[in-house]
Amino acid sequence: MSNVRVLVGTRKGAFILTSNEKRKKWNVTGPHFPGWEIYHVNGSPVDPKRLYASQSSGWFGQLIQRSNDGGNSWEAVENKFTYEGDPGTHQTFDGTQQPWVFKRVWNLTPSLADPDTVFAGVEDAALFRTADGGKSWQELPGLRSAKGHLWQPGAGGMCLHTILLDPGNPNRIFIAISAAGAFRTDDGGQTWLPINSGLKSNFELPDPTAEVGHCVHNLAMHPTRPGVLFMQKHWDVMRSDDAGGTWHEVSGNLPSDFGFPIAVHAHEPETVYVVPIKSDSEHFPPDGKLRVYRSRKGGNEWEALTKGLPQEDCYVNVLRSAMAVDKLDSCGIYFGTTGGQVYASADSGDTWAPIVRDLPAVLSVEVQTLP
Amino acid sequence: MIRVVLPIHLQRLANTGREVELQVDGQVTQNSILDALEIRYPMLRGTVRDHVTKERRAFIRFFACGEDISLEPSGVPLPEPVANGKERFMIVGAMAGG
Repeated sequence: MSNVRVLVGTRKGAFILTSNEKRKKWNVTGPHFPGWEIYHVNGSPVDPKRLYASQSSGWFGQLIQRSNDGGNSWEAVENKFTYEGDPGTHQTFDGTQQPWVFKRVWNLTPSLADPDTVFAGVEDAALFRTADGGKSWQELPGLRSAKGHLWQPGAGGMCLHTILLDPGNPNRIFIAISAAGAFRTDDGGQTWLPINSGLKSNFELPDPTAEVGHCVHNLAMHPTRPGVLFMQKHWDVMRSDDAGGTWHEVSGNLPSDFGFPIAVHAHEPETVYVVPIKSDSEHFPPDGKLRVYRSRKGGNEWEALTKGLPQEDCYVNVLRSAMAVDKLDSCGIYFGTTGGQVYASADSGDTWAPIVRDLPAVLSVEVQTLP
Repeated sequence: MIRVVLPIHLQRLANTGREVELQVDGQVTQNSILDALEIRYPMLRGTVRDHVTKERRAFIRFFACGEDISLEPSGVPLPEPVANGKERFMIVGAMAGG
């Protein structure tokens, strides 16, 4: 029987939720690293016992933790992230230039082939890589050459929050930065191309179709179809069928096309999930109803998924890294809220139930499907 | 031996008690204490001061002999009671945030 392990990062520690393929009864451990902000916990696809966690605090800075036993024990590894050369400056809210300063790690994405190789997306936005299990980190500075001087922070900071590795091409990586946009490398990270053609940021940018500067909130792909990308932008849900070369809007009948996370069903590449949020100034669900929206047609036509989710007086948010899917035959969907709930659906979103209700604000959710 | 008090989060990280004792060779300064601390507990590198600039992190304060010495130059010798171990060098997380 298969098992699932849900890795939850919160404002005050990490939690690990485990269950069998029925996903009815859950074992909860944590808080791991109590009192620390855990922006992301993620596992190696080739060695599921190998986990990495981004642990940070306003007092003590950034730490990286590594586990070799599925999260039972942890060891701190290298936490030194130094930009290559003179990182120069980037734009800030008032249009002035500010120097690049490392603040924290938002995303840890282990390689699809090697448990010792991990990519780290950081704030101020840059991409780092370790090839020795976290003993050292090196920047891939070519990314900042993609008009980095025009990037600017979103409200949450100038963060590289999304990393997608192409399963069919180890040299191709997609990343997203708020507020710079989406970028792609086809040479293993040496050079990067902004892939923002078709995005329109009418309320955020002086030039709504600028090559960079868009506030991309999250990207998703299906591993069997890595040329098709889905994007939750600040406003607008977008789709690309040419690996980011061009984008078109697929918001369709959503009650709001503002939101943070986006995810693709494990077995249905045209089934996509978003969580509409009222607006950029009101970060809660429209009408106080927590609804996941599912499209089975790759966008445009969306249905509300409500069974088991609060449908009145609900004013939580779901952050960009806080939704994930498992790979069991009946695909599981998981998301965490700023109110501390982690909801799970074991039937592709048809019905939902909380795994836990009272954690600290959830920053990230990842799922491992274990043999 | 120099006696250093750590905040709870760094105690857990370094797997120590509240107070650690360090051998510091030469002048006892903020810098030399933190150098010795980071050699003994490498997992604390970057948590009290910046890896590269060695500047104290903004929400960290240093106390000794009942005084806040955070703004004293980091290379200046500390008071004799700290150097001879009668008084503790305290690393404190500032009260801020929630």
